[in-house]
Amino acid sequence: MEILVCVKRVPDTAENEIVVNSKGTDIERGDLVYSVNEWDNYAVEEAIQIRDNVGGSVTVVTVGDADAEEILRREMAMGADKGVLLSDDVFNGSDGKGIAAILKAEIDKGKYDLILTGAQADDGAAQVGGMLAAMLDMPYASLVNKIEIVSDKVIKVGREIEGGNQEMSEIDLPCVLSIQTGINEPRYVGIRGIRKVASVEIPVHGSADLGIAAGSVGAAGAKVKRVDYFVPPMGEGAEMLEGSSDEIAEKLIELLKSKGGIK
Amino acid sequence: METALISPAKAWVLGFIPTMFFSIIIPIIGVACFTYIIAKRIAPLVRSKPDPRLNNIKDRLAGMFKFAFAQYRQPRYMMAGVLHIVLFAGFMILSLRSITLVILGLKDGFVLPGLGGAVGHVYGVLKDIAATAVFLACLVGMVRRGVFRPERYDVPKKYGKDHTSEAVFVLMLITGLVTCDMIFEGTQAAAQIQKGLPAEFLLPGMGAWMAAGILSGTGLPTLQNLHLGAFFLHNLIFFFFLCFLPLGKHFHVITSIPNVFFMKLKKGAIKPVQWGVDENKLDELKSFGVKKFEDFTWKHMLDFYSCADCGRCSDQCPANAVKRPLSPRFISIKCRDYAFKNYPIRGEMTPKDEHLIGTILSEDEIWSCTTCGACEAECPIFIEYIDKIVDLRRGMVDEGLVPQSLQKPLKALEKRGNPWGKMEKKRAEWTKTLPGTCDIKLFENGDEAQTLYFVDSITSYDDRMQNIARSTACLLSAAGEDFGILGKDEKDSGNEIRRFGEEMLFQDIKSHNTEAILSTGVTKIITADPHAFNTLKNEYTGLPPVEHISQTLTRSIKDGLIRLKPVEDETKVYTYHDPCYLGRHNGIYEDPREALDAIPGLKRVDMLKSRDRSFCCGGGGLMLFYEPEEEQRMGVLRVQMASKAGANVIVTACPFCLVNMEDAIKVAGLEGKMEAIDLCELIERHLQTA
Amino acid sequence: MTQQIFAYISHKNGTADDSAFELIVAAKKIDPAVAVTAIVCGAGAELDAVCTAMTGVYPEVWKVANPVLAYPNAEILRGVLVNILPAGAITLVPNDTFGMDLSPGLSIKLNAAFVPDVVAIEGIDGANLKAIRQEFGGQVSTHILCDISAGVVMNVRSGCFLSDDSKASGAVVDKSGQAGDCKAKRRFIETVVAEVGDVDITKSDVLVSVGRGIEDQENIGIAQELADAIGAVVSCSRPIVDAKWLEKARQVGTSGKTVKPKVYIALGISGSFQHMGGIKGNPFMVAINKNAKAPIFQVADIGIVTDLLEFVPELTEKIKEMK
Repeated sequence: MEILVCVKRVPDTAENEIVVNSKGTDIERGDLVYSVNEWDNYAVEEAIQIRDNVGGSVTVVTVGDADAEEILRREMAMGADKGVLLSDDVFNGSDGKGIAAILKAEIDKGKYDLILTGAQADDGAAQVGGMLAAMLDMPYASLVNKIEIVSDKVIKVGREIEGGNQEMSEIDLPCVLSIQTGINEPRYVGIRGIRKVASVEIPVHGSADLGIAAGSVGAAGAKVKRVDYFVPPMGEGAEMLEGSSDEIAEKLIELLKSKGGIK
Repeated sequence: METALISPAKAWVLGFIPTMFFSIIIPIIGVACFTYIIAKRIAPLVRSKPDPRLNNIKDRLAGMFKFAFAQYRQPRYMMAGVLHIVLFAGFMILSLRSITLVILGLKDGFVLPGLGGAVGHVYGVLKDIAATAVFLACLVGMVRRGVFRPERYDVPKKYGKDHTSEAVFVLMLITGLVTCDMIFEGTQAAAQIQKGLPAEFLLPGMGAWMAAGILSGTGLPTLQNLHLGAFFLHNLIFFFFLCFLPLGKHFHVITSIPNVFFMKLKKGAIKPVQWGVDENKLDELKSFGVKKFEDFTWKHMLDFYSCADCGRCSDQCPANAVKRPLSPRFISIKCRDYAFKNYPIRGEMTPKDEHLIGTILSEDEIWSCTTCGACEAECPIFIEYIDKIVDLRRGMVDEGLVPQSLQKPLKALEKRGNPWGKMEKKRAEWTKTLPGTCDIKLFENGDEAQTLYFVDSITSYDDRMQNIARSTACLLSAAGEDFGILGKDEKDSGNEIRRFGEEMLFQDIKSHNTEAILSTGVTKIITADPHAFNTLKNEYTGLPPVEHISQTLTRSIKDGLIRLKPVEDETKVYTYHDPCYLGRHNGIYEDPREALDAIPGLKRVDMLKSRDRSFCCGGGGLMLFYEPEEEQRMGVLRVQMASKAGANVIVTACPFCLVNMEDAIKVAGLEGKMEAIDLCELIERHLQTA
Repeated sequence: MTQQIFAYISHKNGTADDSAFELIVAAKKIDPAVAVTAIVCGAGAELDAVCTAMTGVYPEVWKVANPVLAYPNAEILRGVLVNILPAGAITLVPNDTFGMDLSPGLSIKLNAAFVPDVVAIEGIDGANLKAIRQEFGGQVSTHILCDISAGVVMNVRSGCFLSDDSKASGAVVDKSGQAGDCKAKRRFIETVVAEVGDVDITKSDVLVSVGRGIEDQENIGIAQELADAIGAVVSCSRPIVDAKWLEKARQVGTSGKTVKPKVYIALGISGSFQHMGGIKGNPFMVAINKNAKAPIFQVADIGIVTDLLEFVPELTEKIKEMK
């Protein structure tokens, strides 16, 4: 099975404080460390396991700048067979649809049975996978937490839905799936593994290679634009509630309701 | 000269077969078999990885004399220890007798050169005592193993059948050997007395003497038969035993002395990935760590052969005590049996390409180890465990088999230099709340100083542990040290990174830290973190001397630079918990105790398990992130031990011990009855400010 | 504004989801003058019940009935919506697992823009819609401008547009005939219900978390009752798991699970480093602890210094009365 996994390089938000820069145009990126988006990593692990079971190959692709190459190498150190970097100045500032269009152009050059993306990334938009499927006219399933290969034409997938339940469906190949965390236990990739693939060639495709018109993607083609970043005002430390326990309880209930804490 | 009985060299059986025939045949077959067996046993060692063990010959010889010949570690388990010393000493003394006996079958009246005359008589008495002592020791041993069955010899079902029958069988063989000799001598003496000939002196009360007594009334022909029978039975048992030794745990009889000679001299440092392969050539290796059996070094394979199945290691192992799936003894036994199976005595050797993890060893079994070193401190044969476990972990890391719970901290260490992924620039934040009296330099700002205080990750970032940093800084200041910290240029010391098998990350972090340290120009490094202390001192190279804060404190107190007020609460009883990486791995037991005792009026007790028998708190570094399968936490057992010793305050000299003790106090429900405090915090509280 | 606004109604067992009452509020924020149309797809009596209910909320209700639509399969419904929605439509969809499945592809097929997970709407500015989203697990917010001249599909986060209980008297329009062939290359098989006892605290938006302050295993019931009353799941810190009072699956912390709830109620938790490390995404945190100096009060949003064993049962009672 020929599998393509779309991955994205994102800031590591584990312990990082994400703060807005002084101009409000972006987050402070100076101290950030980057790595592959966690959901995408689960997708690559899943792809590798499927390939090890039924044969084929796994290609990882990303839209980004030269820095993005490091995550392709990391996923190749994990076990992906090939990596492709889609990079061009005109791609910068693309919204989700732009990214999906760029990926589609690359996918059209190959022949893939299964295309995986992570369910979402740091921006929480969770959109590229679904858009890509629509552009390619392929069936789609999001939040996939289980994949069962039935044949080379049909697979079964489980989607994670509300209440921790799982929606099982059958889906025709080729298809696009967005993968939820927890679908597997990704294997560890150490420095040694990455050094081993340090000299493998990763082709770079630009707008000319992909036949993409400059105005259709990038900031120029984006319909959704971020105006600024900001942090809604928040107090210092806890607001201590005072009064009789009755009063405190009532105030607390009010607050919980407004924050969606009471269903 | 007429002898009382016909000697084995001169007798005849069935009228026409000289018994000397047997004296020739038995040894020849015995030695031939033995040689063949040993050659088969050496087979896997030929395919193993290299391990240089011929350095520091003087230290090795000294170690061999102290620990092998003088059996120095045996009395740590008194009953078994005494029994073993008797057996071992007996073996040493009786070895000459055994050789003599074999040759007596060929040449009547043979005496080993040097053992003639008076010396021979003295030896004769000595050997009588030895044989009798061995006899009694074997009886006690058989009853102890067969009837009383001490717990540490138990074999949990998952590890197979019980080993008691093997133990008792060998004790019976040894009993047989000494008994045969007693009968051989006893019959001779009895015959001599009956015939009125001069009798060899037999020490009264000893076995041979008693045999002579029992046989005094027996007729000469019977005596003759018993004499020859005992002799050849002894021969048979002797050569059978010789060939039996390499087939099981009694291989240690042959391999233990060399194994002790080849002991690991450099404690506290993990072996390189492969001996002979330099650190910067590691990228060229195709595979890291131990995956299949032949990836072990010859010394580690020798370790497996040498395991005497005594169970002392597992008895001391804290992971075993909390029922994690780890028992060091069975790692040795299982690997030994694996070697026996694939390199059999009979049949072709079948080295397999399979990985040990997943076949005879499990992932959790290997990740459960806290590297505390209790097993290695206990083993009388100096079998090593930590290096093997680290090698197995290296193999797993190489294959990507790292538990999910450890992947995040490892990645954070790679990206941020600390396992919580906190930002580098916050590493020195704890200094912001230092009192003005404390003079601390920040190398990251370009300050200069003579001494580096290496803080390490947990002390820098954990809210609770930052108190240790502040106390340490104040104490260093009070002691007049001119010191600074690296701040954001400091990365985790890497002690656990290496011990968890991520060697390349360790090498990266080590070179980063080394460069940062050397660029400051300091002439001394002090740290309050024993894990950092261990690796900086033993595994980093080219650094100025490293010491632990307890050493600094004790010296400063002795020199009068630090003076202490009387203890703030006279009713409290303090006990000191030896951190594994300060105590066992680096031999620092007394400095912290001296520092504590310098507080006037402080009441201190030692727990039963202290110093090199200290019980691990649960582990530090990456161990804080691992989720083991266990019945309870090591820390809980430890605070209960403190309670039992009559203490209500546990003093530790390690931030990880402190985390684990404080957590354990809560879990064990001892809040209010027990508290934990760091050595630096306690000393600082008692600083007498001028 | 001439574009029509539509709201996709999620429903189950004949009852509309809470989002149905929120989408209309969101729609009014876009343009209070435009009449919003509810779209309800399904089958049988259950569908009819929902449509009837929606007539009390929306001025117009489009009903699409087809046996195939009894279970909401986003792949099929996407095709249906493409057939019935007019060009340039503004379509609001709840940001639940269905909406995440449906909307991105829908926006492409409609040639419209897509705005995911909207938490606030500020109105129209020329050809642009102004709205607010969050990124980085809620750590920062961002104002966005979306060109909606060719239409837009918007996924709206639950709980952000609280229902104003306004009423309407709408009519039901049957659009079943325009639905199309209702076929797709993804076929629903079944729903596997989560095993009882297989608790996944990472999936709950609201957590009631207990620490050592709960003092005894029996008292955990107090936390469970509060959780039941507010629709939360009980989680805990490590000592509780070590004491075997709760299963490991409920542990929040660096050596337990990482959770990103919207609301975190910490009962008797001191706020240790290892525990707090498992809480991400800046939830609304309420800390109840009898120790005024507990570090958790530095990071919580609301703090109450009291004996939780007395306060929490009172709180639970009040909540139950209120419901």
